[in-house]
Amino acid sequence: MRTKAALATVLGAALGAALAAGPADAAETPKRGGTLIYMIPADGPPSFDGHRETTFATTHATAPFYSVLIRVNPDNPSSTTEFVCDLCTEMPKPTNGGKTYTFKIREGVKFHDGSPLTSADVVASWKKIIDPPEGVTSARKSYFSMVANVEAPDPHTVVFNLEAPSNAFLPALADPFAYIYKKEILDKDPHWYERNIMGSGPFKFVSYEVGQSIKGERNPDYYRQGQPYLDGFVGIFAAKQAVRVDAIRADRAAMEFRGLPPSARDQLVKELGDKITVQESDWNCVNIVTPNHQKKPFDDKRVRRALALAVDPWHGAPALSKIANVRTVGGIVFPGSPLAATNEELQQMASFWPDIEKARAEAKRLLKEAGAEGLSFVLNNRNIDQPYKFVGTWLIDEWSKIGLKATQRVLPTGPFYEAMRSGDFDVTVEFNCQSVVNPLLDVAKFLPHTVYTENYGNYEDQKEIDLYNRMLAETDEAKQRDLMRQFEKHVLDTEVHAIMTPWWYRIIPHRSYVKGWKISPSHYLNQDLANVWLDQ
Amino acid sequence: MSLALPNETLLDRSAAGRPFRRSLLQRVLSFCVREPMGTLGLVLVLAMLIAGLGADWIAPYNPTSNDFTAMTEPPSWAHPLGTDQFGRDLLSRIVFGARTAIIVGFTCAIVGGVVGLVLGVASAYFGGGVDMLFQRVLDVMMAFPLIIMALAVVAIFGTGVQNVIIAITIPLIPRCARVVRSSALSIREVPYIDAARTCGLGHARIILRHMVPNVMAPFLILLTAFVGQAILAEASLSYLGLGVQEPVPAWGLMLQGGAEEYASTAPWIAIFPGLAIALTVFGISLFGDALRDALDPKLRDR
Repeated sequence: MRTKAALATVLGAALGAALAAGPADAAETPKRGGTLIYMIPADGPPSFDGHRETTFATTHATAPFYSVLIRVNPDNPSSTTEFVCDLCTEMPKPTNGGKTYTFKIREGVKFHDGSPLTSADVVASWKKIIDPPEGVTSARKSYFSMVANVEAPDPHTVVFNLEAPSNAFLPALADPFAYIYKKEILDKDPHWYERNIMGSGPFKFVSYEVGQSIKGERNPDYYRQGQPYLDGFVGIFAAKQAVRVDAIRADRAAMEFRGLPPSARDQLVKELGDKITVQESDWNCVNIVTPNHQKKPFDDKRVRRALALAVDPWHGAPALSKIANVRTVGGIVFPGSPLAATNEELQQMASFWPDIEKARAEAKRLLKEAGAEGLSFVLNNRNIDQPYKFVGTWLIDEWSKIGLKATQRVLPTGPFYEAMRSGDFDVTVEFNCQSVVNPLLDVAKFLPHTVYTENYGNYEDQKEIDLYNRMLAETDEAKQRDLMRQFEKHVLDTEVHAIMTPWWYRIIPHRSYVKGWKISPSHYLNQDLANVWLDQ
Repeated sequence: MSLALPNETLLDRSAAGRPFRRSLLQRVLSFCVREPMGTLGLVLVLAMLIAGLGADWIAPYNPTSNDFTAMTEPPSWAHPLGTDQFGRDLLSRIVFGARTAIIVGFTCAIVGGVVGLVLGVASAYFGGGVDMLFQRVLDVMMAFPLIIMALAVVAIFGTGVQNVIIAITIPLIPRCARVVRSSALSIREVPYIDAARTCGLGHARIILRHMVPNVMAPFLILLTAFVGQAILAEASLSYLGLGVQEPVPAWGLMLQGGAEEYASTAPWIAIFPGLAIALTVFGISLFGDALRDALDPKLRDR
């Protein structure tokens, strides 16, 4: 035990030192040159088109090649409210009663093929996102239901007209997947960007080896003076965590940007000391448990409620945080957001009762009443260790405490989605991961499938939709918060459409010579690498 | 009168030259003396069988129950083999893991072996076009290594114990059929098969009653090898995340779960399930070799 305590002390001290050293010191002068090699924890992106995809495998591979209209401040990416221009020159103040946003576009910006970027390209790109042509997929189309139209009155002005004022618009606009494409290419083939790369970002595309790596080189014509600092980058695809950790340990790669579990952090810090810097952050990602309302007995609210009552996040989260990248107990809203529930508010809902024995007794009573005592079912899960399988294993043990017998069916990503979309599951572990913290849009995940296509609960609930619409139209923050509480209680307690698990926690251990990159609550954000430099 | 040849391996001769039957104990003792490595193998296999079948009484803890107060505990009196990242007792998981190994190993070996046996003997017995068709199909199946074939089957049927058994059983069938056919080919030519045909016995009776018993020696040896192969294949599939799933206790899965992440800080998580796999497969292999020696008259007297 003494050895263990000593080891813990050493690890703690080392980690503390690493955390204290923090990310790149703003006072340091960036150095030019070098190639950043980083790991991408995936086999490869499903396509290169950010408008179509929702996975980090796409942004981590392609964000350095593109510009966006606005973004979360790369020097303060933890902020949930600080948005700055990328292609625009100044963040606009809304006019027309909050319904019109006018952006001035930088002059002199060039695509990598040398052609000038104008407002026509920006509008064409945004139209593809907001109102894609038939046969073209836009993953975030529903986020922009408030937009009436987008137009380019001159080559350097873009105007967004909204149906009604909305607090959710600007955060949605800062979406890191909203790459600006060339209009001429989109006009010829709207699918071209799925297989090709050509942007105006800090790096030019060099090569892509399927399932192996992607390479970029410095764009000398980049519009930000002096940036990027790197000569180039190499992103190496490796789905297996052990491979990625070994690569960082052996300095074959400097880092990965998604997040590693605490054990990997401790191991790297212990072995590499001050050669490793650790950045940590709450993560706008959470695994949720969705019962299939079309499958008996999960069509019975009492059974769903029993599933929720059996789970003890208050004791589970601190323990799980030692082995998995999860940490914070929370409701449907990203913890820390002004719209998030307090612990006291959470404790009023099923799956957050502070007295777990009482909760489980109630769960057993409900199961008995519903005739579902000793129920056996299959928990559908995704074949990703962190944190999916850890969370799944924890849940199964929690449910066993009220006599439920769950077995886990783990599927690769493709069949996992297929099972959820076809309704071929009893209960599934799924996720709600968002980029910019934008609670009003983030919680749309909990709306019925007919409203939000990525909901797999197979239920209809008009009362829930009405509540959501009232909340979306409300601009007074206090009233909005009150409506959010009603919406949350309806989803998690009254109807138990979903069960929350602890929110994820992002841990990025990277080689200390990597400077300029700062962690954010999303692994989709701040990935263009323009401000990253190597202190070597 | 049986038309099958008597199994000489079970008989011995008295000083007067009269055959006499030895007791089971005598035969076991004789085996132990003649085959010390085989005996070691038998002990290891028996240990696994006892652990697996008696897991409910032997395991000190529930193998799937998390204990967050005892996460990654090193071996101690309370947890002789330590605990994993969920605080689950490793000894209990290994003991219950033996049950998974037995279920998968023996089911795959027996089902795959028996189907292969019937197909192999039938192929040899009928000969001609039937034999050629069977053998070409088996050629195609054998062109794929066992684990690749199993991976393909799991990819089609999905994960889980039942599908893993199917995935491993299918590639075992042609391997058994091929070996059994070669033995059966020589038996097909012996006079008592002709005599059976002359007596008007049906194909099924000739195959099952007169040919199958005479290929039992190579079949049994093959069966022991298959048990080891099936356990290894199950462990490999589980390690790759394609076999049984958490929280089911299975040795390969235990290697996959926390073993990689905790290799340096809690090595016991990887060491003990790894040892369990290695010792079991080693034991089955030793026992299979000894069985071959014991059942093969040419090797027995070496």
